[in-house]
Amino acid sequence: MDTFVQQLINGLTIGSIYALIALGYTMVYGILRLINFAHGDIYMLGAYAGFIIATSMGFAANPSAIGFAVTLVGSMAIAAAVGMAIERFAYRPVRKYSKMTTLITAIGMSLFIEYLFVFIFSGTPRSFPQLLPNENITLFGNATISTSQILIFVVSMLLMFLLQWIIYKTKIGKAMRAVSFNLNSAKLMGINTNFVIAFTFALGSALAAAGGVLTAQYNPKIEPLMGIMTGLKAFVAAVLGGIGNIPGAVLGGLLIGAAETLVVGYGGYIGVPSTFRDAVAFAILILVLLLRPAGLLGSNVQEKV
Amino acid sequence: MLTLDNVSVSYGAIEALTGINLHVEKGEVVTLIGANGAGKTTTLRTITGLLDPIAGRVVYEGNEIQGVPTHKLVSRGIAMSPEGRGVFANLSVRENLEMGAYIRKDKKAIASDMERGFELFPRLKEREAQKAGTLSGGEQQMLAMARALMSKPRLLLLDEPSLGLAPLVVHTIFEAIERIRQEGATILLVEQNANAALHHSDRAYVLETGRIVMEGDSKQLAQDPRVKEAYLGE
Repeated sequence: MDTFVQQLINGLTIGSIYALIALGYTMVYGILRLINFAHGDIYMLGAYAGFIIATSMGFAANPSAIGFAVTLVGSMAIAAAVGMAIERFAYRPVRKYSKMTTLITAIGMSLFIEYLFVFIFSGTPRSFPQLLPNENITLFGNATISTSQILIFVVSMLLMFLLQWIIYKTKIGKAMRAVSFNLNSAKLMGINTNFVIAFTFALGSALAAAGGVLTAQYNPKIEPLMGIMTGLKAFVAAVLGGIGNIPGAVLGGLLIGAAETLVVGYGGYIGVPSTFRDAVAFAILILVLLLRPAGLLGSNVQEKV
Repeated sequence: MLTLDNVSVSYGAIEALTGINLHVEKGEVVTLIGANGAGKTTTLRTITGLLDPIAGRVVYEGNEIQGVPTHKLVSRGIAMSPEGRGVFANLSVRENLEMGAYIRKDKKAIASDMERGFELFPRLKEREAQKAGTLSGGEQQMLAMARALMSKPRLLLLDEPSLGLAPLVVHTIFEAIERIRQEGATILLVEQNANAALHHSDRAYVLETGRIVMEGDSKQLAQDPRVKEAYLGE
């Protein structure tokens, strides 16, 4: 029982990060029908942006809530700007061509960001400073939860509620939903659809960057290729939930996180070694595509943002 | 108010409009009738900037507007209820109307215009909180028209408002067009239902395979033997 609770806590921690990243995949897909393969690298970029802010402003030496907040928000802002720049200069010029062209551009953009970071920061991992004191709290038996895990839950939940509010209650959010349903009709309303698309990239990138900074509080090792595997798993999470579906991305993220750690904890009993943890997400992807291609919450008439 | 001067449009190698000339004056209801594929929708899409002409000029209130992005034309007073209605199925009826008023900031006036829309089509009031995707075809058409009016357009373009609707609903739609007309609106109406369109308009153009083949006073055209035979089924 202790192990189960422990694995579940760990799983939901990673799962919240997958959910934050999956939201960006699903929003961009909803609006452009594009799988933005560079999205996982924005998560990495967010971690590095946070690293630079935290070390250059001296937050590393004196852990404080303010230091953490400034690092988080600063990293999200930088990632939002980069996300908009990628959309503007890489995707928009090729949007009028086939979907395949944009997809290949996205793959190229992903490799570009990865190796630009290897070039600038070298491939050697860096250690992200602890910005808030981290303590383990014993729940019962041997199960513990760390304050950084609580931080990940709380901050990701807040961000997801904020996103929900933006999409359903604000004018720009309603415009995003309108654009995702019918681009030309949205133009006929006077909506500047290019602006709405850029805004969507900004939102998704900011969430991914938050994921990067939060992860680094839990697992401080950051390196330029850290976005590849995490990004792919978050993409699987978006597909599992139903790509284009916002609550689906959150559900998919949490499920993938939980499935992964449960395999680590219990896989041994059914002959699945814990080294298979990275394979779990892809096994789930294959099952989803075979059994329910639209995803858990996906349907023909879905809320596509 | 609006003039199309020798406008040609093509989809790749296929020419959809060949040297179209038409004009709409302030306060007029002008209709464009013709068979399927004659280029009616193409004409409206060109006016709203969804398509770019390969030749010719589109002049609106004295300025050339070809090449101006669609969303900017809305702030300049052009609104369209598109073919197939184009309502946002994933948004509620109220949210669709809010999108119609996207360019406006005067909250009080928007609220009162929404009430006017509900007065024009009481069915929409009943469905206010429902997702537009759950509405019937007729209700979606009402929503598309009410939504277009929310931007307070000086020129209203209606693309096939009666398409695929039951006769009773068609009647409701044309009654609404007549009410909007009485209030002094300028309308360019595209219709396959030539009978109703000629009955509710001042002037008309007949479009055949991308060319305007006849034009004139709607009442006179309705009496024209060629129009009667080809479009009025007599």
